[in-house]
Amino acid sequence: MIASKDLRQHLRETALWYGGLGLLTVRVARNLTLPPSYFWLVAREIDIIGVRSLVVALTAALFTGMVLALQTAVNMARFGAENYVGPVVALSILRELGPVLTAILVGGKVASGITAELGSMKVTEQIDALRALGVNYVKKLIVPRFMAAVLVFPLVTILADGMGLLGGMLIAVFDRNVDAYLYWNTIAYWVVLKDFLTGLGKSLVFGGLVTLIGCYNGLATEGGTEGLGRSTTATVVQVAMGVIISDFFITRLFLFMYW
Amino acid sequence: MISASPLVELRKVGKAFGEKPVLRGVSFVLPKGTILAVMGGSGQGKTVLLRIASGLAQPDSGEVHLFATRIDRMTEEAMLPLRRRTGFVFQGAALFDSLTVFENVAFPLREHTRLSLGEITERVHHFLDLVGLPDADELLPAELSGGMRKRVGIARALIVEPEVVFFDEPTAGLDPTNAKLVAELIAQLRTGVCDTAIVVTHDVEFAELVADQMAILMRGQFADRGTPSEIHRSANPDVRRFLAGELREI
Repeated sequence: MIASKDLRQHLRETALWYGGLGLLTVRVARNLTLPPSYFWLVAREIDIIGVRSLVVALTAALFTGMVLALQTAVNMARFGAENYVGPVVALSILRELGPVLTAILVGGKVASGITAELGSMKVTEQIDALRALGVNYVKKLIVPRFMAAVLVFPLVTILADGMGLLGGMLIAVFDRNVDAYLYWNTIAYWVVLKDFLTGLGKSLVFGGLVTLIGCYNGLATEGGTEGLGRSTTATVVQVAMGVIISDFFITRLFLFMYW
Repeated sequence: MISASPLVELRKVGKAFGEKPVLRGVSFVLPKGTILAVMGGSGQGKTVLLRIASGLAQPDSGEVHLFATRIDRMTEEAMLPLRRRTGFVFQGAALFDSLTVFENVAFPLREHTRLSLGEITERVHHFLDLVGLPDADELLPAELSGGMRKRVGIARALIVEPEVVFFDEPTAGLDPTNAKLVAELIAQLRTGVCDTAIVVTHDVEFAELVADQMAILMRGQFADRGTPSEIHRSANPDVRRFLAGELREI
């Protein structure tokens, strides 16, 4: 009986969360076209989301490329196909690991920061103060973050892709004695523009998704500082899950549309 | 003679949180030039009533009219122009903690007007003088005392010269000197910036000082309403016990 009540409560909260996130998405979409345009806030968010996350994203990408090349080369050597480590690394990085890892790492960092900031504003009534002053808080607090993330995530992903390929090359050339020219040449031969663009498409969706999750959890924060801690933790988990689950559906969609 | 429509009007407003009803069909009219003090014990729904009247919260039932416009089912975006004609002073001041006192008070002007920096500076200093904080420009909210924070909140609410101001417990947590200062400030507003307000408070002395109408909120309804002297002569025994500080539970 108690378990059934808990389950009902959990289902209700889950439904409310998805519904709230959906409504926030609609409000953000509607507010994208409304004045005023807070361009300076978008620029500030680009700095926070993009520039200050570069080291994390690029370091992770470099080592992911290196690990991928190492694993691939060792196992492909068993079939005498070590020279093809380049395309395998490139396809994995460009289509999946670049956008997904960037979204999880940068997204987790950025979205938890957004939740903490907006949640703190919520519990101290600063969001209500904005509303009382006749300020559109969705336009002022959420739209700039959303726009910056949608713009910055693909750019950071491009750099992370490049860094991942470079990491793969370092291992292929210096550890596995693959010719550098062959590494890049096989990549150029086997990898097509579509592989790169589908990865970018994913990062664009991930950018929007993680920002909305961060903003929604911040605005939904209740219960003082304890509630703020819960919201921030929930954001990190939901961003990781959201990226991984949506990645499957986006991949399915892209394969259906372009393959 | 055509009578002017009230600035705020609530008709049979109800609100519940879960199973617990907080407001049960509250109605009142706030004409221009009136300061209404809403009083009642803790947890009686005073702040909820104020938030509903100002459009910051929606009622479950009933109607809310602000400046003769029904607002209880309006979208957030549609409400914004009306909110710019009102001021709200929060119990905890709700100052923007990353902005200085000057930036906090200047915030509404920067958002809603095209005034030059010189004009904004002049107006901010005028209102900071009015609330008795002439040298606090560069201080951050964390560096202010409770009373100072509250006065900055009042300056920020008043700087756009609103037609009606909503005060949520303006003297709560203040020492007697600061409480008196805030009371004098609100009384002083009548002669200049804004003559219409709803003040939520549990401080009887303060309410008598600033208000020309008082309403006592009990069990989700107004137990009595009238001028301060009428309230003191109330026939309702609960109201008399509340004013005497003898009401232990309701």
